[in-house]
Amino acid sequence: MKFSESWLRTLVDPKLTSEELSHLLTMAGLEVEELDPVAPAFASVVVAQVLEVVKHPDADRLNVCQVDIGDGSPKQIVCGAPNVAAGLKVPCALPGAELPGDFKIKVAKVRGIESSGMLCSAKELGIAEEASGLLILPADAPVGQSIRQYLELDDHVFELKLTPNRADCLSLQGIAREVGAITGVATCLPVVAEVPASIADSRAVVLDAPAACPLYFGRIVKNVDANAPTPEWMKRRLERSGIRAISALVDITNYVMLELGQPLHAFDNTRLEGAVHARMAQPEEKLLLLNEQTIAVDADILVISDDAKALAMAGIMGGEESGITLATTELFLESAFFAPKAIAGRARRYGFGSDASHRFERGVDFGGTRAAIERATQLILDICGGQAGPVVEARAELPARTPVRLRTARAEKVLGLPLGAERIAALFKGLALSFTQQGDDFLVTPPSWRFDMEIEEDLIEEIARLYGYDNIPAPAPRGPLKMQVQPEARRPAYRVRQMLADRGYQEVVNFAFVETAWEADFAAKTAETELIRLANPIASQMAVMRSTLFGGLISNLQTNLKRKQNRVRLFEVGRTFHRDAAAAPVAGFHQPWKLAGLAFGSALPEGWASGARKVDFYDLKGDIEALLAPAVLRFEKLNHPALHPGRAASILLDGQEIGCLGELHPEWAQKYDLPQAPVLFELDFDAVKASLVPAYVEVSKFPPVIRDLAVVVDQQLALQALLDGLKASSPALVQDVQLFDVYVGKGVPENKKSLAFRIVMQDTQRTLQDSEVDAAMQQLIACLEQTFSAQLRA
Amino acid sequence: MDNLDQIVSEAKAAFAAISDPDALEQVKARFLGKSGQITELLKGLGKLPPEEKKVAGAAINAAKTAVETALNERREAIRKAALAARLAEEALDVTLPGRAEARGGLHPVTRTLERIESLFASIGFEVADGPEIEEDFHNFTALNTPEDHPARSMHDTFYLQNPDGTLADKVLLRTHTSPIQARYMQAHVAKYGQLENMPEIRIIAPGRVYRVDSDATHSPMFHQVEGLWVGEGVSFADLKGVIADFLKSFFETDDLTVRFRPSFFPFTEPSAEIDVAFMSGALKGRWLEIAGCGMVHPNVLRIAGIDPEKYTGFAFGFGPDRLTMLRYGVNDLRLFFEGDLRFLRQFA
Repeated sequence: MKFSESWLRTLVDPKLTSEELSHLLTMAGLEVEELDPVAPAFASVVVAQVLEVVKHPDADRLNVCQVDIGDGSPKQIVCGAPNVAAGLKVPCALPGAELPGDFKIKVAKVRGIESSGMLCSAKELGIAEEASGLLILPADAPVGQSIRQYLELDDHVFELKLTPNRADCLSLQGIAREVGAITGVATCLPVVAEVPASIADSRAVVLDAPAACPLYFGRIVKNVDANAPTPEWMKRRLERSGIRAISALVDITNYVMLELGQPLHAFDNTRLEGAVHARMAQPEEKLLLLNEQTIAVDADILVISDDAKALAMAGIMGGEESGITLATTELFLESAFFAPKAIAGRARRYGFGSDASHRFERGVDFGGTRAAIERATQLILDICGGQAGPVVEARAELPARTPVRLRTARAEKVLGLPLGAERIAALFKGLALSFTQQGDDFLVTPPSWRFDMEIEEDLIEEIARLYGYDNIPAPAPRGPLKMQVQPEARRPAYRVRQMLADRGYQEVVNFAFVETAWEADFAAKTAETELIRLANPIASQMAVMRSTLFGGLISNLQTNLKRKQNRVRLFEVGRTFHRDAAAAPVAGFHQPWKLAGLAFGSALPEGWASGARKVDFYDLKGDIEALLAPAVLRFEKLNHPALHPGRAASILLDGQEIGCLGELHPEWAQKYDLPQAPVLFELDFDAVKASLVPAYVEVSKFPPVIRDLAVVVDQQLALQALLDGLKASSPALVQDVQLFDVYVGKGVPENKKSLAFRIVMQDTQRTLQDSEVDAAMQQLIACLEQTFSAQLRA
Repeated sequence: MDNLDQIVSEAKAAFAAISDPDALEQVKARFLGKSGQITELLKGLGKLPPEEKKVAGAAINAAKTAVETALNERREAIRKAALAARLAEEALDVTLPGRAEARGGLHPVTRTLERIESLFASIGFEVADGPEIEEDFHNFTALNTPEDHPARSMHDTFYLQNPDGTLADKVLLRTHTSPIQARYMQAHVAKYGQLENMPEIRIIAPGRVYRVDSDATHSPMFHQVEGLWVGEGVSFADLKGVIADFLKSFFETDDLTVRFRPSFFPFTEPSAEIDVAFMSGALKGRWLEIAGCGMVHPNVLRIAGIDPEKYTGFAFGFGPDRLTMLRYGVNDLRLFFEGDLRFLRQFA
């Protein structure tokens, strides 16, 4: 809501500066978003009349003018504007004036001719962005008057960011009422007199949908001059409210809407047949709107129609065919109350909005509907002439204004503020609310312009607002102290993140909506039944919800490679999204938290002491094992759409798959323009956060026996199978089997590999005998030879 | 006895001439060995008459001690010289970079969220979480924002498509973290509702939220932190107290002013917008909008099954992205979501 300060001050004029007024409004909940002067500071610019224009003897584009500035002695002024002409009234900056942009006006010679001032354009005065010549003033402008006074430039434009509950402040009258309440200054609201009918013409009004339109005033005005000029004062007020002046009739309806808050509509009466109806749209009804859009009107849309056809979307937008034009001479003027519920959301559904729908869906004062039609009629008769017919009224049940009870104790409890009934009564009086008091209880009847006073809390808010939020104390709060349990078997999310950061990974945050191609490439999701598509994405590369965090990380890698970062380690913690009919709490969508990481470039930061080894699968495997330690993970070969089939593993914890790890598939490395395939992992975040409460196991006082063992096995044999086999056949005294060397090459037959193990044997109760140790080793060797065809290496 | 003095000075000179520890031991033998000069003199003592023996013995022993002292001093000197040589040889260029793995870091907003969570944990707020694909009911209706409510146009909501291309009208991407409060309250009531005195609810709910908006100051995905305190006698004054304490603690300064001004949210009443102004620094004196808050609307409590006559509460929603920008002086929101290491590393 934009408005001019000087207009407001005609209705209420507190002794406050513009800034003070602005602060006051903001602190009362009417946030002032912008406060701008109408014109920049300048002085000594007056209305002047050009008396004579003569070509400058030495400059083609300059004229020498004689100008009357109202002091009885014409001044000689050199002027370069193309539109200068004798007889015109224009602004003239006098010597000594300082124009915007630090432009000082002096008596000076221009190409040898003395010039005592400057004739100005709107741009030079700082009141327009562009100008093509002098600002031409109306012929009746009083010569000699300060231009600031004449154009009312000592004014500010306020722009309010109103919350949806304060529709009553969508008019100057409403804002004035509010300013009066918060300052205690008396208001001087427009007094509207009824305009008596001078002709008998009228049209019947029928309320076919009384719940949606319970009040309608209509009146015919004949013989109007639609071409009459809009008065300057009205244009100025409209423009300073952000509404373009169009033609007198349109301007008048807009003016009344701004002044009183009541949107009006004017029909060309000659286009109407029979009675006017407010009814719900009929099946397959179509309407050509003023914005030149033809719409199929839904059944829940209220329309204004005549006996034959729909004319307008009630309270939202008029129809093109029944609208007024410059040729219109006969009006049918409408001022009605449309129920917020009947208007809300409708304009948005069709993709537009209007000043009228904005007001009606929030609530328009039904106590002022009649006044608005009278006010508009008077202005039309004054400006466009004509004769008005009688006001036809149709009325049904208006919104109830049920008294709301306010208990003083409740208000004090909610606000945490000892107020007392007396103070509350005073605040209500300030708001001009009508109430009765029963002890400490108040029964408040909300005024017709307030649609946000239905329950006790609404009144408590009014009390707090007028009391001043700033004046409510801010004590340290009190509450019961209760310890918070931090389960020991659960690591805080931040600790997990910090562990990854400590291992060299940088956290990123990526958008949850991704390109469709990423879902196909990294999750093999192409079917619509698998994808979760946005209905209204802001861009095609943000079209589907991600089911893996890989895409974002790969895109981050691309970004960083472009910026010459050639060693990249990233991780992200975020939800992924999967269609799943059985999911909870939102049926149909499984949304697990994941932790994903990516590593690219050298294994260690490049430096004098590190080799050039590239990061590989085992680097990340080590990171994951460290992250989840002390839990022991298992890794199994995995086929994953994003990953190299020979270099990918699923990660298992206690038999449950908790994630995957692997090198990016070379096909994607090529497609995504990566010089080397990064290694990626993705884990269930909940599994990573799970930990164990330690349980003590006795530490042996006896020395361990350590034996090494090297065997040659098939190259294809997975170590895990071998370890599992050994574990199953180990006697109890074998505490640990550690792999310490893998060797392929000279001395080992082709397609074979040599594995070397360190066997740790120990007993908690005694020192081991050589014979037991030898027997245990024999048992392990036998297992290796028999189960895995291993050959003992010398 | 001149002889003895001579032996001592000879020994001292001989030791001093040597810098090799093995050679020193050989030279030692010349004086103190089995047939060394001093040893020989001691052996000769037996032949002397007793009165001379005593005097001569003392003199020889004194000479022996002098030689031994000289020897030990030399040994120590040689050892020290050898050590000094080794240390010099082993010297490193201590200015070469260390061999450690580079450290990563947390995202700046994560850092902020962690700080917010721990500040609120210190006054008894637990962390709560909720789904990001949310039901229309929890995002709006349970928060007193029925369909067609003008407040719905305050949020530009992302909706989802059904597999057949139609609009999935019951779900959306949550536009705020407030649905977490609705869900939490319902769960709390299910757990404790039968008790005469329900335990307090004190939660903080951080998370990602989504709105159809994208420019230098808006991202289609951003973060919010929701806070909720419901109990008997929780008031608007308490809300002001908590928020003021939080902002001063978060920015670690008393040099700021907090103001509350009336606003509107369908799920709180009275509602307030919170502005903060710093008394120093680049943003000195400017009011910065930082959060929305208010007393939980009785309808919201009622929908959750909580009696608004008995219990009252407040809720607030902060923008941790904004807080992060203010805390660290970041001037472009989009930097948070670009994954540029040069930016992110600054917060490690």
